[in-house]
Amino acid sequence: MIRTVNLSKKFGDLNVLNNISIDFKPGNCSLIIGASGSGKTVLLKSIVGLHEPDEGEVWYNDSLYNQLDFKKKKEIRKEIGMLFQGGALFDFATVEENVMFPMNFFTQWSREEKLERVNFCLKRVNLINANKLYPNEISGGMQKRVGIARAIALNPKYLFCDEPNSGLDPTTAILIDQLIYEITKEYNITTIVNTHDMNSVMEIGDQVGFIHKGHLVWEGDKNNILSSDNKELNNFVFASNMAKRMRDMMSEHKQ
Amino acid sequence: MKAALELIGKYILLMKMVFSRPEKARIFWKQFFIDAERLVLDSIPIVAVISIFIGGVIVIQTAYNIENPFIPKMYVGYMARESLVLEFCSTMIALILAGKVGSNISSEIGSMRITEQIDAMEMMGINSSSYLILPKLAATSLFNPLLMLMSFMLGLVGGGLIVIITGVVTFYDYTTGLQYAFRGYYIFYSMVKMSIFSFIITSVSAFYGYYASGGSLGVGKSSTKAIVVSSVSILVANLIITQLMLN
Repeated sequence: MIRTVNLSKKFGDLNVLNNISIDFKPGNCSLIIGASGSGKTVLLKSIVGLHEPDEGEVWYNDSLYNQLDFKKKKEIRKEIGMLFQGGALFDFATVEENVMFPMNFFTQWSREEKLERVNFCLKRVNLINANKLYPNEISGGMQKRVGIARAIALNPKYLFCDEPNSGLDPTTAILIDQLIYEITKEYNITTIVNTHDMNSVMEIGDQVGFIHKGHLVWEGDKNNILSSDNKELNNFVFASNMAKRMRDMMSEHKQ
Repeated sequence: MKAALELIGKYILLMKMVFSRPEKARIFWKQFFIDAERLVLDSIPIVAVISIFIGGVIVIQTAYNIENPFIPKMYVGYMARESLVLEFCSTMIALILAGKVGSNISSEIGSMRITEQIDAMEMMGINSSSYLILPKLAATSLFNPLLMLMSFMLGLVGGGLIVIITGVVTFYDYTTGLQYAFRGYYIFYSMVKMSIFSFIITSVSAFYGYYASGGSLGVGKSSTKAIVVSSVSILVANLIITQLMLN
């Protein structure tokens, strides 16, 4: 379980996060949604420790993560898998070497054992026959899959995904969502996904937190997000003309 | 002033992280040899070409500046040797490497920073600064002095070729001058200088790359800063080392 308590972060005079308190449960796909620039990525990076919060607490089970020293923080980081917005695959390494990278550092496995694990992870994300390709030789969707394979290489307890669908076509985006959801349930991982894609929300949102201008203004799940009366959330959810028409049709149907 | 102190403090903190124990010795050595190949071996052609030409130019300039018939012609070889070993092969080559190797290191690490590859390493629990910078520092500080030796030899060869081609002095005079009043300590002094300059080039360039921000434009800016700062640092260090070792 991950918990943030009154998490705040400033960049200069700009308050990017204001007193964010939220719990993320194991086995749940928790989504942080909000418009671009609302503070989602800063929140995610503050939780994983890539940004130091100015105030507040980040708990990983019983450990107050943001107060830990480097060595103890490192131990928790070994249990974290993270999928970055741009994939963040290592340019100098092939697909296989990318997935093997954390294994080289933190396991004593033989090369055969590592290869076996790499192939298992790549198969799990439906990526075969791409082992020897470099990141610049594969598509954006494939890069995301490699990113997921690398993130799950060491059986993480926590999985963080920063806008996993950005730059992907709708079909691939749905596949990536399903993959994240399946992996979360399969390994009982605490998964936190940053997104502004409403498709993702409706597909995998076990828990949804809506961030607006650095404030957590709404919490719920995919089943009650459409019926919320929160004004900011409704502006976000029904921003597109298609969504507005669907809402109008739904209300007509009810009447 | 405050900004400069902050920058120095940040640099020292980064170096502290860089010199923490590598995660795995095997990974360190693998990266060490990769970096030695990329940063040192790949610099051989440019260093070789420049050394041969500069050796030739030094011989011509020295020969035409010694007009006094009372000064023996062998001094052309002697002065060419002293110029090469004392200044050219360490300082000049270091300044050239600051451009070639420094921009390479800074842009490589900077690109990794802006594409979140460094964040990805950090998230795996890997000390990214140690993994990325320490092998480069070790490889260049250890092997660039050998590059300096090679440059010295090729500079002398370049001078010899010019002597043969132009006949500014006889080859006998040139080689006699090369052997005249030779001090092995100068070679040692030059190698020490080169090692320290290599440390400066690599650490400063890595520092600017590691803290690059602002997209590809930011990477370009950090590369330029890395070259400027390491070049100036080399000149300052040259003065200090010379005062300490030759006074």
